[in-house]
Amino acid sequence: MMTDNDPSVPEPNDGTNVGGPEPDTETNSNEKAYWSENIRLLCSLMAIWFVVSFGAGILFRDFLDQFSLGGYPLGFWFAQQGSIYVFVLLIFYYTWKMKKIERKYDLDD
Amino acid sequence: MDTQTLIYIFVGLSFSLYIGIAIWSRAGSTKEFYVAGGGVNPVVNGMATAADWMSAASFISMAGIIAFSGYDGSVYLMGWTGGYVMLALLLAPYLRKFGQFTVPDFIGTRYYSKTARVVAVICLIFISFTYIAGQMRGVGIVFSRFLDVPITMGVIIGMGIVFFYAVLGGMKGITYTQVAQYCVLIFAYMVPAFFISFLVTGNPIPQLGLGSTVNDGSGLYVLQKLDLVLQDMGFGAYTDGSKSMIDVFCITAALMVGTAGLPHVIVRFFTVPKASDARKSAGWALIFIALLYTTAPAVGAFARINFIETVDQTEYAKAPAWFKNWENNDLIAFYDKNDDGVMQLSSGDAFKGSPSYADTTGTAGQRMVTNPPNEDSTNEVYVDRDIMVLANPEIANLPGWVIALVAAGGLAAALSTAAGLLLVISSSISHDLLKSTFRPQITEKGELLAARIAATAAIVVAGYLGIYPPGWVAQVVAFAFGLAAASLFPAIFMGIFSKSMNKEGAIAGMVSGLVFTFSYIAYFKLVAPDANVAANWLFGISPEGIGVVGMIINFAIAIAVSKMTDSPPVEVRKLIDSIRVPRGAGDAATH
Repeated sequence: MMTDNDPSVPEPNDGTNVGGPEPDTETNSNEKAYWSENIRLLCSLMAIWFVVSFGAGILFRDFLDQFSLGGYPLGFWFAQQGSIYVFVLLIFYYTWKMKKIERKYDLDD
Repeated sequence: MDTQTLIYIFVGLSFSLYIGIAIWSRAGSTKEFYVAGGGVNPVVNGMATAADWMSAASFISMAGIIAFSGYDGSVYLMGWTGGYVMLALLLAPYLRKFGQFTVPDFIGTRYYSKTARVVAVICLIFISFTYIAGQMRGVGIVFSRFLDVPITMGVIIGMGIVFFYAVLGGMKGITYTQVAQYCVLIFAYMVPAFFISFLVTGNPIPQLGLGSTVNDGSGLYVLQKLDLVLQDMGFGAYTDGSKSMIDVFCITAALMVGTAGLPHVIVRFFTVPKASDARKSAGWALIFIALLYTTAPAVGAFARINFIETVDQTEYAKAPAWFKNWENNDLIAFYDKNDDGVMQLSSGDAFKGSPSYADTTGTAGQRMVTNPPNEDSTNEVYVDRDIMVLANPEIANLPGWVIALVAAGGLAAALSTAAGLLLVISSSISHDLLKSTFRPQITEKGELLAARIAATAAIVVAGYLGIYPPGWVAQVVAFAFGLAAASLFPAIFMGIFSKSMNKEGAIAGMVSGLVFTFSYIAYFKLVAPDANVAANWLFGISPEGIGVVGMIINFAIAIAVSKMTDSPPVEVRKLIDSIRVPRGAGDAATH
């Protein structure tokens, strides 16, 4: 049996009903600080993302292939295995770190 | 029990499971139809996303592409996983906080424009249909080989199954069906991979096996052996690849950005309860995807070794059974150039074009083809790369139930993605075109009916594209990424990270990105396929990677146009502020 029989049509979201505690001001300083900390974190994680995939796997592959990891040439390993492992770690680190930042600014959900 | 009976049982059981779930979780409201009610657990959603994401191309074609292109196959591995980092960090939590049903919904509201919404719908429909054609073809190929029916019949059966749970269950039905499909497909992929890794290297973990030594007493590592064997036959080294660095770079980037811009993936993050859950869910999705994606290169390499060892210099009369099975399914051909009845493998094509079989058999008993031979090469065997995963269990002589499992897994992969795509097409038509643009007074019931009719129509079109496919499975899929990268991603990204981007800029950007990328691809793939060589490409970038250039054009034009026009109204700036902070996403879910 279905439990959700709510016949109401969802209202288009005009942004005023989800604006947090102070919907009237355009931006408060707390949110600004939160956002800039988020952007800093984003930039450093995206830099790692770029380095392991486009860097180690493509641009510097020939250089890294001199070294080997088991039977893998290192650049080839980054291209076909390593970058994927790093991607997973990046997302979970971001999730964890953002939760901390959100608590710090009291903006978590 | 013989393999064929086992296949019928496995496929039949998995289909009844999907249909059972569809009936149990059918959608009763538009919210359930579009976003499964908005309360899906992030781990469950991650699993559904992984199934949604891993298509017939990932399951069937990817390992085969890697097997035949070696290092060049890395573009798919990095491209199709790296996009999840962009999704989790740049898009998913904000779109979830925005709290609506579709991607055009976000673009239409953020850019305060019905035109922007309609342009986004057009982009979405383009992307989804190019993608879905490949899926339906995949369904047809798996059916025809495993259930012994013609490809057309296979596509029609697939349409019927998808119709059942996508039309009845909407997003809610699809979510739980996809969880079941993920379990089926990952089990089906891993079991033969473990076996083959163990057979070739003695290490059952494929990710480690690929870095281990071969079991044949030579003491060589798998990759070293492949390099040596392939170079002996006149191919390039496996670990080298043949694409230029700029092309590898651009294809990888186009696939990453495309992944982040694909509407059927993005909407999956609308179904979790909170913005922080959207991040978490993207992480789980990538774990579930990585399980298959880190296995695929191993499967590709092992399959290539096995294939060469069992086929090269083997008399056709003594060829293994799988070789003849696939020959009967038109995916392998033996063109005996020197009439010795022995199959010689080397680089180059055996003959020109894809095989057209004559009704006669040759002196060794092989099916004759009418294609003109390729005199530049001594290669005598044509093999469709798609068979690598499907034939793998047979090549390694695995028991019948493993083959049956792979059949069920391949179907799960193709059906789950097809259903996800059908859903975004139907939601866009019923929600964005009807409800939000042309018929705002439509009732909830009417909108739900419209969504179901749109889903049905989309299935019929998808089935047609599957029966008369515009190209190879994996190639067709790659184009969807270029279009998504060039049109939707920049509009969504700037919608979140730039407060000054306005509707004029976003519309101009999307249209120019889409038109540029589409024309480039269409020119080299449809208008002048003979000209599709590196010398003619713009900066040496192939049609598969051109989406990145389209994306840059989109960004540049959008920024230039927005500088010359009015900045967005204050309500929109408030909307941007509100989506940037996670607090309140729960309220948005219960609006």
